[in-house]
Amino acid sequence: MALLNVKNLCAYYQTELYGISRTVRAVDGVSFDLFPNEIYGVAGESSCGKTTLIKVISGNVKPPLKALEGSVNYNFGEYKVDMLQASEDELRRNVRWKEISYVMQGSMSVLNPVRKIIKTFEDIVDTHEGIMDKDKFLEQAREHVNRLGLPTDVLNAYPHQLSGGMRQRVTIALATVFHPSLIIADEPTTALDVVVQRGVLQMIKNIQAMSSNTVLLVTHDMAVHANVADRVMIMYAGRIAEEAPTESIFNAPLHPYTQHLISSLPMIGERSTRASLKGTPPNLANPPSGCRFHPRCPYVMDVCRAEVPDLVSVKERHRVACHLVKEGSL
Amino acid sequence: MRRFILRYLIPRIIQFLTIIFVGITVTFIIPRLAPTDPVEAQVSMMIARGSSLDPQSIASMRAALTDLYGLSGGPVQQYFAFWGRLLRGDLGPSLANFPTPVSEMIGQAMPYTLSVLVTAVIISWIFGNLFGALSSYYPKNKALNVIEVLGQAVRPIPYYIVALVLLVVFAFFIPIFPFSGAYPVGIKPSWSLEFMWIYLKHSALPAATLVLVGFGGWFIGMKSLTSNIISEDYVVYAETAGLKENKILRHYIMRNALLPQLTGLAMSLGTVFSGALIMEVVFGFPGIGSLTMAAVFRNDYSMIMGIAIYSIIGVAVAVFLMDLIYPLFDPRVRYQ
Amino acid sequence: MFRVLRDLLRYDGRFRFAFILLAAVVVMVLLSFVSPYDPKKSFAVPMDMPPSLEHIFGTNSRGQDLFWWLTFAVRNSLFLGVMTAIISRVIAVLVGLTAGYRGGWLDRVLMSINDSFVVLPLLPILILLGLLLRDRMNLFFLAVILGLFGWPFDARLIRSQVLSLKERSFTRTAVHSGINGFWITINEHLPFVLPIVFATTINNMLWSIGMEVTLSVLGLSDLITPSLGTALYWANQHGALVARVWWWIAAPALVATVLFLGLYLFFASINEYIDPRTRLRLMGG
Repeated sequence: MALLNVKNLCAYYQTELYGISRTVRAVDGVSFDLFPNEIYGVAGESSCGKTTLIKVISGNVKPPLKALEGSVNYNFGEYKVDMLQASEDELRRNVRWKEISYVMQGSMSVLNPVRKIIKTFEDIVDTHEGIMDKDKFLEQAREHVNRLGLPTDVLNAYPHQLSGGMRQRVTIALATVFHPSLIIADEPTTALDVVVQRGVLQMIKNIQAMSSNTVLLVTHDMAVHANVADRVMIMYAGRIAEEAPTESIFNAPLHPYTQHLISSLPMIGERSTRASLKGTPPNLANPPSGCRFHPRCPYVMDVCRAEVPDLVSVKERHRVACHLVKEGSL
Repeated sequence: MRRFILRYLIPRIIQFLTIIFVGITVTFIIPRLAPTDPVEAQVSMMIARGSSLDPQSIASMRAALTDLYGLSGGPVQQYFAFWGRLLRGDLGPSLANFPTPVSEMIGQAMPYTLSVLVTAVIISWIFGNLFGALSSYYPKNKALNVIEVLGQAVRPIPYYIVALVLLVVFAFFIPIFPFSGAYPVGIKPSWSLEFMWIYLKHSALPAATLVLVGFGGWFIGMKSLTSNIISEDYVVYAETAGLKENKILRHYIMRNALLPQLTGLAMSLGTVFSGALIMEVVFGFPGIGSLTMAAVFRNDYSMIMGIAIYSIIGVAVAVFLMDLIYPLFDPRVRYQ
Repeated sequence: MFRVLRDLLRYDGRFRFAFILLAAVVVMVLLSFVSPYDPKKSFAVPMDMPPSLEHIFGTNSRGQDLFWWLTFAVRNSLFLGVMTAIISRVIAVLVGLTAGYRGGWLDRVLMSINDSFVVLPLLPILILLGLLLRDRMNLFFLAVILGLFGWPFDARLIRSQVLSLKERSFTRTAVHSGINGFWITINEHLPFVLPIVFATTINNMLWSIGMEVTLSVLGLSDLITPSLGTALYWANQHGALVARVWWWIAAPALVATVLFLGLYLFFASINEYIDPRTRLRLMGG
């Protein structure tokens, strides 16, 4: 039973200022499912629409962003919610932080600089559950951070007194306070050095193993996906290019873009030069016709310029959107 | 603790001393740049006005003036003598009310100016910031938009004109408030409730002037500040976490916006003070401003000099105090 | 440049309003060149006449037509504003650039002095100056003095801009490609510095004209030359309010309000247009 079902989602940024209107088609027809107890990776270069997708899924749609078409439906066991229709009140009461929590990009600055960490904890817990017994709450908070490998005095510090990696882990601790069914992590390891990265990823894996929940991990760093993800989705220019179990993505990529992505990863011992894709990522205010990858694709055909390729299943749990690949061909 | 003192306190103290040093030096230099000899000009003007002073008094006045400007001795000597007298709190006698000391007259007028100034600054700062923050969090609110327009309209207008308009409208055309002064002629100031009420009525318009002009400034500043803060990561995070609007506004947005606004408050004290001075002229309010006006009218150099010095020191002290308060609000400065 | 103005005129109501106000001011200034009355002469027309078709703003107790007198006043006030702006811009740019580029102790000293000026209550000091120079004061001189005091706030802004420009990669590129430091300043950095200079100019004009009004009202400037401040001074001298010649006060106050409002709204609109962050915020609606 799918935890999340996204069907044909179209979310655009529409701006109008000083007489100039612009529509940026950040997410254009995206459909996928999330299942319980998995780590699902979303990969793609900058401005491919990953962050917009996350915003819509986590119920953060604010002007100028607008979800124009499609549906986002959650199934938390007994409780189901349509993200695009639910009211803010309902979201706050039942969904936010209890079922879905968010580890934001750039967690360096997500903590209020003038509030102690424990206060931020308090804010969150108080909003969703109300704190009856202050001492009990403190005890639970301490327990929680300890369980995740953080020292207790982290709670009494101000954000600027902690290192970047520490802050990232505190954010993850904050995200897991209510043991949500879905944790969305947006670039959790960017701007951290490799050693700290490892700690953070380990933390995420532990949490997922402990609670058997779902983690949606968004990052452009393919190495992270190789390390932790069960399935990976490759996004390009607002559309899904390919989606498959991690092993398939790395060993047998089908979409030309994915192939290029994988072949560009450095491997120990290899010394050959890497070729970069020609061209630049498309302008989403004025995207290319047909398959959005066609200006840069080494195998481009005429049909690619004219028609948008459908996302078809070629194997169980493996989908590709490319005219080169036909349904069920594998 | 020691690092705090070193990194934060000492530079502030140095800044404080610099301000005073620069200000006093400028005040010292200015009379010396004048092409006329202020002492002689002063004395001849007093004589011409027909002050009935015997030669003895004139001689002592000349001496006092020369001493006041430290015009005896070479420039460096004068400078040090100047500082010497300053540190003793001796600003010399008022020329118009010879030989009443300037310090005494300023001391009498100061409470009036300060009471209106401090009250008005606090009110305009608090409300300006409050409404500015609200207006950027609820941008579509009609009432807030109206307030914004009003604030923007009043802000660029010089204090004098605002004071004038208020006077004309509320004391002249629609006589609600008294015309001038802090209390009607013939009543002695006291701490009685009755006097307080009269004082309140008389100081309402002066205070209103300062509040109106200040409010606009703080409103606009706060609005743009909070708009930037709203898009900061920690606010978006708080919203994603579903925290209530109330809480976000108070603890995440305003609390952080307070910091630069506090600094701004310190910076603006000099300007507000100047505004208060001129506003008193319009309302005939017996504070430092009216003292200044009278002194200008009667060419009372030593009074003006004394007022200038007091203003500089006063503002510098106020700024320094604000600097000391700031760490209480910003933990980043408190814990290095 | 013109595209900016055209966009603003079309889409920003506040800017349109400011434009109208400023246009009125410009019209008044131009009219001063064809004034039928010499502002230096008194008793050319009947005294104390309320506003009428013949005398739009009425006449004052010295027998001068207020409207035509004020056209000169506006012209002079604007002239003062521009002069002060030029002088203080030059100083601000010099100080800002020097402090920003040189850094080190020179920067610290300059900024210390700078901050002192920002915090100091200028009015008492200016009054002292005005008192001493009473007889020799004229508008130009006043402009010079105001210019000497009006630079600190903006010097700091320019300095911050310079500091951030120094770190930018295109500066490093320029330096490494061997371009002389001076030309880097002129060719690469000035386009970033100039918008700030422009924005602060209007702010500065608001301040200086306001100061002039304040000082004149106290009687500390050239009282023969018409200006917005001297208008109010003379009105007070003749006890205008008490004598019920209210238009003598109202007219200069009105003209001054139009001038200040117009300048300020003009400046605020342009600022909002240029600053990308406000643009983003406006788009979010």
